[in-house]
Amino acid sequence: MISALSVLLCCQLAGELVARLLQLPVPGPVLGLLFLFAVLLARGRTAETVGGTAQVLLGHLALLFVPAGVGLVRHGARLRMEWLPIFAALAVSTAITIAVTALVFQAVARALGPRP
Amino acid sequence: MSRLWVYLAASPLLWLTATLLAYQAGMWVFRRAGQRPIAHPVPLAVGALIVLLRATGTDYDTYFAGAQFVHFLLGPATVALAVPLYQNRAEVRRALLPMVSALLAGSAVAVLSAVGIAAALGASGETVASIAPKSVTAPIAMAISEQIGGQPSLTAAMVIATGILGAVMATPLLNLLGVRDWRGRGLAAGVAAHGLGTARAFQVNPLAGTFAGIALGLNGLVTAVLVPLLAQLWR
Repeated sequence: MISALSVLLCCQLAGELVARLLQLPVPGPVLGLLFLFAVLLARGRTAETVGGTAQVLLGHLALLFVPAGVGLVRHGARLRMEWLPIFAALAVSTAITIAVTALVFQAVARALGPRP
Repeated sequence: MSRLWVYLAASPLLWLTATLLAYQAGMWVFRRAGQRPIAHPVPLAVGALIVLLRATGTDYDTYFAGAQFVHFLLGPATVALAVPLYQNRAEVRRALLPMVSALLAGSAVAVLSAVGIAAALGASGETVASIAPKSVTAPIAMAISEQIGGQPSLTAAMVIATGILGAVMATPLLNLLGVRDWRGRGLAAGVAAHGLGTARAFQVNPLAGTFAGIALGLNGLVTAVLVPLLAQLWR
């Protein structure tokens, strides 16, 4: 677990450094994701080192955004004033996104031939 | 008694413990409710903690001094998304072209429709910026939001709400549209509703779940590049 955390933190740190040094518009942890993916492709054995800890972190992903969610206490006034645009944007946009993604996948898959 | 409270209220231990207990209580209710997306543990935990903060007159900074240890793990968790992506790379390669097309279309539509609707209905600039990355998994969404002038904590709430909405509407909506390919159905749930959509997809079909997991990781990447670029154009 310690070596897995070291790998994850090293990738994140490298991501933060590169994002800052090159002033990229991508969050550091996202670059870290790419770095870890590259490391895994180059050296498959790393997947065994990181796998278990990654599974624990991703299995409890929901817990990790509780502290930020509690930050809602600071936005009470905004939610009271803007609940309609917020709710409408979330609900309608989510429905459109599901429909467009599934229909585009289906159309392109069919154009390429029958299902394998 | 009051001296005890003075110690506890100032120590990070209390609010870290409270965060974990609130989440465990939320999980208990969620399981009791048959894991229905509408009873998700995060809104329950957040609601309970907000009530507790109000009742004890504790401000958010004091709370966050303890809860930051949980919050910090968002970064390593984002990096860890590379692992399922790597494990499923064969599936990704096989359906590469339809996946990439659907992903790019879905990513763009998720951002543009949310921003468009919120702005058209008169939401403030900061709210619009906070809503833009709403379909992406929380750690990435919060990082994007911070970068383009949104409020990460507001974004976290939008992300959770989006996940619940997506998990509730995916199955009936996809049936209505007549999409039967499990890969496409899973992909749609993952792009629109990140981890909550993925959890829901795994409940319905394992292949759909796998594709939702891939979509969750890749959509994070695409949106992380797309939104800051759009934000620069906007200004």
